Amino acid sequence: MTYITKPQLHHPRLVENALGKTRRDYEGSVSTLCAGCGHDSISAAIIQAAYELDLPPHRVAKLSGIGCSSKTPDYFLGASHGFNTVHGRMPSVLTGANLANRDLIYLGVSGDGDSASIGFGQFAHAIRRGVNMTYIVENNGVYGLTKGQFSATSDKGSKSKKGVVNHDSAIDLVSVALQLGATFVARSFSGDKAQLVPLIKAALSHQGSAFIDCISPCIQFNNHAGSTKSFDYVRDHNEAVNTLDFVVPREAIHLDYEPGTNTLVTQHDGSVLNLHKLAEHYDPTDRISAMAYLAGRQAQGEVVTGLLYVDPKATDLHEGLETVETPLNQLTDAELIPGSKVLERLNASLR
Amino acid sequence: MRPLEAVNDFVVKFANVNGSGSASANAMFAKSFLRMGVPVAARNIFPSNIQGLPTWYEVRVTEAGHQGRRGGVDMMVAMNPQTWDRDLAEIEPGGYLFYDSTKPLPPSKFREDITVVGVPLTRMCNEAYSVPRERQLFKNTIYVGALAALLDIEIAVIEQLLAEQFAGKERLIAANVAALHMGADYVKANLQPLGLRARRADKVGDRIYVEGNMAAGLGAVYGGATVCAWYPITPSTSLAEAFTEFCGDYRTDPATGKARYAIVQAEDEIASIGMVVGAGWNGARAFTATSGPGISLMQEFVGLSYFAEIPAVIFDVQRGGPSTGMPTRTQQSDILSAAYASHGDTKHVLLLPQDPGECFEMGALAFDLSDRLQTTIFVMLDLDIGMNEWLTEPFAWDDSRTLDRGKVMTHDELEAGRDFGRYLDVDGDGIPFRTYPGTHPTKGGYFTRGTSRNPYARYSEEGSVYVDNVQRLLRKFETAKGLVPAPVRRDAARPTRTGVIYYGSTGAAMDEALQVMEAQGRHVDALRVRGFPFADEVFDFIAAHDEVFVVEQNRDGQLRTLIMNEGGVDPAKLTAVLHYDGTPITARFITGEIAGRLTPAEPTPERRQVPEAAE
Repeated sequence: MTYITKPQLHHPRLVENALGKTRRDYEGSVSTLCAGCGHDSISAAIIQAAYELDLPPHRVAKLSGIGCSSKTPDYFLGASHGFNTVHGRMPSVLTGANLANRDLIYLGVSGDGDSASIGFGQFAHAIRRGVNMTYIVENNGVYGLTKGQFSATSDKGSKSKKGVVNHDSAIDLVSVALQLGATFVARSFSGDKAQLVPLIKAALSHQGSAFIDCISPCIQFNNHAGSTKSFDYVRDHNEAVNTLDFVVPREAIHLDYEPGTNTLVTQHDGSVLNLHKLAEHYDPTDRISAMAYLAGRQAQGEVVTGLLYVDPKATDLHEGLETVETPLNQLTDAELIPGSKVLERLNASLR
Repeated sequence: MRPLEAVNDFVVKFANVNGSGSASANAMFAKSFLRMGVPVAARNIFPSNIQGLPTWYEVRVTEAGHQGRRGGVDMMVAMNPQTWDRDLAEIEPGGYLFYDSTKPLPPSKFREDITVVGVPLTRMCNEAYSVPRERQLFKNTIYVGALAALLDIEIAVIEQLLAEQFAGKERLIAANVAALHMGADYVKANLQPLGLRARRADKVGDRIYVEGNMAAGLGAVYGGATVCAWYPITPSTSLAEAFTEFCGDYRTDPATGKARYAIVQAEDEIASIGMVVGAGWNGARAFTATSGPGISLMQEFVGLSYFAEIPAVIFDVQRGGPSTGMPTRTQQSDILSAAYASHGDTKHVLLLPQDPGECFEMGALAFDLSDRLQTTIFVMLDLDIGMNEWLTEPFAWDDSRTLDRGKVMTHDELEAGRDFGRYLDVDGDGIPFRTYPGTHPTKGGYFTRGTSRNPYARYSEEGSVYVDNVQRLLRKFETAKGLVPAPVRRDAARPTRTGVIYYGSTGAAMDEALQVMEAQGRHVDALRVRGFPFADEVFDFIAAHDEVFVVEQNRDGQLRTLIMNEGGVDPAKLTAVLHYDGTPITARFITGEIAGRLTPAEPTPERRQVPEAAE
């Protein structure tokens, strides 16, 4: 098969954003995933979020590993540089890219095999280093491209399409991310665009390591009875702790909730997260209680979604390394090469 | 047996216990000769251990300036009871044994044919110091003082070295100088000078004394590297650490105190090379330093770098095989796994430095080549070069030199409508243009993949598209031939049909071996290979000789294999000379191997003047 160019025709009355771009300008090539795949909904949510945020597409670098989910960066933000790396190793490549140029926005897209199995180590270490990125796992609990094997996020006791029962414990990436110090942690569902788009917008604006675990049913291999990652199961067990209005700095904030039922969180870049509480007493700025709450609800078989944790004072890897403001890939020869005089002094000390 | 007599030409070996603080005292001993204008070649032989296991340090004092190991030991400083027997056995007939005579040893513990020199080091320490750590550390300084008196080393030279080492810590300087004299005074009062003697000379010149890892780390600074991702592994660790230190000194923004570099200790070698590839993709110069096991782990990413055409630099400080033990010994055993790293049809550019001076030069050059060729460049050091101090030419830099960023299409070129195809061979050299992410709002963006894309970086699984692309990669490899450092040829005094090919740390021993063989009337032309892909001169050299020895430090003759494979050379023409016991190769070994396979040498009048002839 070869690359399919998307037709450039579009509706004449498509609304332009502040950059004069329409939603179509944020699209990529035609998806080659199965019709109805949850991943395509996530791509659409990314397109919508970037469009609504007025992001210049070329200032975004999108990176992925290998797998169905990792193919998707080709299907959104066609004007961005993208990198389909190797299986499970996107986090290290993204980390290196981020070190080279701290000014771009880094979007890592991965799957549950890519991040929870082969790449579990890299996932963990990129999170704990606080790489400034948005890391989305399109989590379907199954290996799609190799046709239906369990992944490490498959719940214990869940059943494969062939009827095999999974005996291994599941890795819950959200709990892991919380424990490792991610400064923005959310879970969502590919079937809930209203929830997902504001979460992606908030994550892209977050100046630290932002992680979104997005349940994304595999309609081909993991959408049957007995699966805990099917559309039906997630709809039945979805427990959203909040809904989010993402407000960019220049916008006015409209509070249309009952007093006392919402939390305002201002991020580093001035963006405001207006969170409407659905679960009573849930405080998304308290990491420890978020972990406890998740563990409790998970034990009941519930899939907790929403913005689970955010640290408005997040810092990132560059702050830890105290790197200069100028991106490292733009430093000049004069800033990089110490010159011959320095060598003369050094030589003298080595005799 | 007459005791050995030599001036400025002998080997002293120190047998110590790891972690006893002997390393800095031994290094000071070596450096004292340099300060007297006498070249040395010193080598660490150390265990995979922090404390307790045996460790050795060998100093070859060589006014003739030989940089390789000689082989054999003229004087053993036996400070480790664990290895006493084998240390004793290693001493040349007529040689000397220096030992701590505090505790009497039975005659059976010695040899008849050597001179035994006892100094009661432990007793002297116990009398002078009360703190156990002081007793241990000053013992080292005391034996340096004793050796200085025995070997005629100028004591003022060592005092000066102590003053430099402990600059700003006057109390420590005074204490060490006192210990130094304690040792020297004991010798003067109780012993006679030995047949081995140091004599001031003028053979060091302006050369510097430095480790290859440090030189390579400095090369990375001058090569413009801004990102270093690494995982600790002997013997490469000190390379990343040297880079870190040099960056602190030379790459800190004077106005803000911020770092013009980023160094990340990664979770493993896979993440290290992943970060390097990510940074290279994004236009920063990036490297990792590792050794054989790391090269094994990095294979997949090296292949990605090759196919996706992303600059990366890997310093491979080679060592012996897997696990522990041999890995703290030297070998040149990663040549094949580096040259053909990864799956699919791949081959990679290698740079082969022979000493710290070339580690610096090639360390800097590697970054220009990786940007120019948009691929991984391996700089192949080994433990011998990397972790030993060598006498080498001073570091030099031409201030008019600029960093070669290679073919990078700019915003203005894109804006002007210049055609951009990420994998399009516009110049016929196989090297396409690239863009850095974020360059232009609407032009120059592309999606990076391993294979499966056409010259415009669009997805394709067409066989013909794949074939065109990998053929272009071969053209690029051909271009690399002209960019890597050329081989260095050194012809024998008389025309000969015999040649020898070698590379890297073998060079030091080979220089000496060639002198020895020449003096014996064995004429051999030599070619030192400095880069892969091989220049045409390598194959011309082979064609011009009937028999070519390929001398290297691994079991399988890896360079020989690479030459046969890349040049279609008849295996019968290439004779392997292989040294792989983990110790650095010696001139004695090389001359012995080659002489044994050559026709008898023609007698020459100079023969008796050769001091270190084979056998």
